[in-house]
Parts: sequence; structure tokens; C-alpha cells
Amino acid sequence: MNVLKLVTRNLLRHKLRSFLTILGLAFAVFAFGFLRTIVTAWYYGVEASSTSRLITRHAVSFVYPLPLSYRDQIEKVPGVTRVSYAYWFQGVYKDNTFDNFFPRYAVDADNFLEMYPEFVIPKDQLETFKKERNSCIVGRKIMEKYGWKIGDIIPIEGDIFPGHWQFVIRGVYQGKDRVTDETQMFLQWAYVDETLKQNAPYRAGQVGWYAVQIDNPNDAPAVSEAIDALFVNSSAKTKTETEKAFQQSFVSLSGAILTSLEVISYVIIGIILLVLANTIIMSARERVREYAVLKTLGFNAGHIVGLVAGESLIIAMIGGVLGILFTFPTAAGVEANFPTMFPIFKVEASTIGLALAFSFLVGILASLFPALRSARLKIVDGLRQVG
Amino acid sequence: MAEPIVQVHNVTKVYKRDSMEIPVLQNITLDVPEGEFLALMGPSGSGKTTLLNLIAGIDRPNSGSLTIAGTDIATLGESALAKWRSHHVGFVFQFYNLLPVLTAFENVELPLLLTNLSKKERKEHVEMALNVVGLGERMKHYPKQLSGGQEQRVAIARAIVTDPTIVVADEPTGDLDKKSADEILTLMERLNTEFKKTIVMVTHDPHAASKAHTVRHLEKGDLLEN
Repeated sequence: MNVLKLVTRNLLRHKLRSFLTILGLAFAVFAFGFLRTIVTAWYYGVEASSTSRLITRHAVSFVYPLPLSYRDQIEKVPGVTRVSYAYWFQGVYKDNTFDNFFPRYAVDADNFLEMYPEFVIPKDQLETFKKERNSCIVGRKIMEKYGWKIGDIIPIEGDIFPGHWQFVIRGVYQGKDRVTDETQMFLQWAYVDETLKQNAPYRAGQVGWYAVQIDNPNDAPAVSEAIDALFVNSSAKTKTETEKAFQQSFVSLSGAILTSLEVISYVIIGIILLVLANTIIMSARERVREYAVLKTLGFNAGHIVGLVAGESLIIAMIGGVLGILFTFPTAAGVEANFPTMFPIFKVEASTIGLALAFSFLVGILASLFPALRSARLKIVDGLRQVG
Repeated sequence: MAEPIVQVHNVTKVYKRDSMEIPVLQNITLDVPEGEFLALMGPSGSGKTTLLNLIAGIDRPNSGSLTIAGTDIATLGESALAKWRSHHVGFVFQFYNLLPVLTAFENVELPLLLTNLSKKERKEHVEMALNVVGLGERMKHYPKQLSGGQEQRVAIARAIVTDPTIVVADEPTGDLDKKSADEILTLMERLNTEFKKTIVMVTHDPHAASKAHTVRHLEKGDLLEN
């Protein structure tokens, strides 16, 4: 026998109480891990951003377009190696529910996708996309979700660009890594622009934003400044920023929600700390006499602290590990069932590390008071305890 | 002549309850020679358990000196005192105080966890101690599977397993029927005569006290002359 065996036996003394406490901890750590995963999922776009790409958009708001004519001027800015552009197409597929939402962009077919090597597309499919005006390229997850095949026609009801649109799938892209969103659809800007020239000529020749490739990420501030300086006296002033900052601005729109989720995740840890502390205090109080006996036999204060803290730590770590194990299948389920809402929903190593660290911390903190009280107990007082 | 193994000199103990001071022992002086079987008797509140606790090193005097087996234990720090107890004192309680989650074997093994003995050596010591108290066949039983008398015998095995310098017993038969009490007293006598253990026993029971070589009486905190 060793002291750890005594800790384990004590743990099993009130099986239901220990089981319920472990279950409570598991649920708390699961909730913590799940909420943290939601928060990190929100930031995947930011994380996946390239440092060698800038985004130039209208200075007032992203919703205002920029003239196509800016392209040639931006290309001439020193440090710029390539310029492409895109427009948020939106539209409605099937119905207006969130379940059928996925991002749709009208892009410069000539080079937009080549500027984004994280979208891996077979060369022949990309070439076909460039040649056919009404073609589109779709992410792997969307293809799988709707059971589409190459050659299928996707009907989209236009809203920003009114009309009954039909796009033929000519290619499928896969993400280069796990943080690449595979739920997007790319169609030809030229096809949209041609239609606008016929139906709404005043809207033709405009783009949503420019994607600007630069040769040295360290030059991003200078290049951004140079681009914006070009249009400072024009009617459509620009704002150029790194792709990361651009993505971050979208995340910031949900900042309050994300902060709330983070706060809630920490509050949950605080609540479970109190639950575990209550259990350990009850257990230690019931064993006052036993601790006094152990001290009589020669066990010192350190041994008593070890017994109390050991039990608390074992409960906390079992609960923590179980909670983390629950998180994985849940995250996989969310990713499979809500691919458009959460294109990437993975439990990060940092989340696991945090959950384990908090489990450990909760185990230590919950035992602090009862362990110290038991360690300081006078033997004669402990032996007088009844029960 | 050999030094007494227990030397209590001018020991005073006062308990504090809120602002009140309750004197429990007053200027107690007591020497116990090695190999003695001493019974401390007295009415409730006379201070006999307090004196036993002081000798066992689980309580501290307000004044006076307590030299047990050559060590002035009143000067030891908590940690050193705990270590001293593990080497020198075997304690037998009135209510056995076995850990309910451990078997008889494991309860007896507990004090040996504080030694450097190997697992095999610990096993040999535990088996020997349990055989001495006649419970070699009940090693795997939990306290709730044993009678009161058997539990107390396990407690005695736990007290002697480290081969302590003295065995202190606080009303060891107080919670037992007459037959079990006689068995425990016979065992205590055996520990004293056969294993040469110095025993200090607190008891109310004149029959139990009659087994001791020496009986000392306490009354209102004073140790009466023989």
C-alpha cells in the first residue's frame, strides 16, 4: 500500500458524491472547451490570413464599391506584385435560411484564385473556370453538403445583383491546411459585370475590394499608405490594410458576443471551483478524526495536505480529461452539421492545455482551505471529534 | 540504575476556553522505568488522558519537561515531534480508530509507510504483528467485518508494528464487552512480559488496572502518592 492508494480509497468512499462531482467537472470543462472552440473558430479567418496580401476597400465602408479603373494605378505602386479584385455577390440559394447560406464571391477569374494558394484547385478545372463566364468553383464541404457534382447548375436568386442567376460548377477547391474555409463559392466578376452593363449600367465597372499582393510583408504599412495616397482626392477614397486587419474588422463586429462567451467560460470554471471546494470541505470535515489518528501515528502536516489535495486533484483531473474527451465528438458534430456557420470547428491544442491547466488549478484551489485546516488541526481536538 | 524511560517533571497543562483558563495538570512529576506496565486511574476530568497525551507527544505542556526515551519532546517542533512519535510511540485508542477504507493488513501497515522498509519487509512486519494479536487469518478483512475486540486487536497490532519504545493506551477496554476486554488485557500483559514493552494505560476499570504492575491515581490534576 502507499499513500496514493489511501487517496483512491477515500475517493471511492462516497461513490455517488465523487461520481456527481466528477460529472459536474466534466460538464464544466466540456462547456469551457466548447465555448473556447466557438471563440477560436471565429478567429480562423484572421489566423488563415496571408501577411503578403493587402486589402484595399472604400474608405467609408466595405459595402461601397470602388472603380475598376483603380486596378492599373495600384499595380504601379512600388512593392506591389499583383492585383486582383472581388465583389460580395451574396444571393439566395434555395431559401433565405442560415442553413443554406454560404459565402459567394464574384472574382477576377484571371488571377484571384492564383493569389490564394490555400485554395487548391486542379489546373484543368481552373482553366475551364477561366474560359466559361457562367462557371463557378465551389469548396469541398459545400459540394459534399449538397451532393453536387461537377457540371451541376446552381440556381441563385440575386439580391445585391438582382436576377435569376445560374452557375455551372466547373471546379472544386480543397483547403491547403485545416484552417482554410472550404465552404465558399467563386464565380466570375466579368459575368456579373456584363449583366449589369445590360440591366443596371450605372453599377457596372465597379468592384467590392482589391486584393493586393506585395513582395515584402514588412513593407505593408508603406505600400498601404502609397495606395491610399493615390485616391485621397478622388470621390472614392480608399482604405488599405493587411488581410489580417481586414478579417479582424469582421470579427470585431461580433466582439461583444465573443467577449461574453469568454467571460462565461471563465465563470463556469469559477462555479465548478466552488462545487469541488464544497465536496472536498465536506470530505475533510468527515475525516477530521482520521487525520488526527494519522498524525498520532507520525504522519506530518505535509502528508495530510497531500491526502486532501491529492483527492481533490484526482477528482479535478478525471473530470477535466472526461470534459475534454466529450468536447472532441461534439466539435466534430458541429463542424459536420453546421459547415457554413462554422467552416472550421476544431478543438485547439491551446484549448486542451487551458482546460487541463484550469482543472489542475481548480483541484489545487478547491483543496487549499480544507487541506490547510486539516494540516493545522491539533491532534487532541481531532480525536475528540465524533463520527 | 537505568534512567526511567518516561520522565515527567513539574508538568503543568492549562486549557483555554475562550477567555477562561482551565488547569488540567498541576506540577506533575512521574518517572516510568523501562519495561513498566503502568495504569493511570482517576475520575473523569482528573487529567489522566491529558497526561497520557503529553507522554505520547500529541499534546504539549504549558511548563515542565517531558523526557521520553532520552528526548525532551517539549522542545521539538511539529515535524520533528511527528517523526519522533512514529519511532517511539504506539497508541491504542478507546474507539480503535481504524481507517474504515483500509483492510486490517493495510491499517497495520500505515505506520510502516513512514519508514524506509521495502514492501516485502513491511509485509513481514505486518504479518508478524497480526499473528501476535491472533488475527493472522483476518488480514484482508475491513474494520466493519470485524468485532469490536478484533478491531482493538488490529489497533494493538498497528501500535506495535514499528516496535515502539512505549505503548500508550487510552481506555483500551472501555468500549468492549467483558470477554473481549479480558482478551485485550491478556494481550497487553503479553506485550509487557513477553515483548518487554513499556506500557502506560489509562483506565477507569479497576479490573483492567489490576493487570498493571503499578497503578497511579490522578485527582483534579494532581498525581496522588502511592
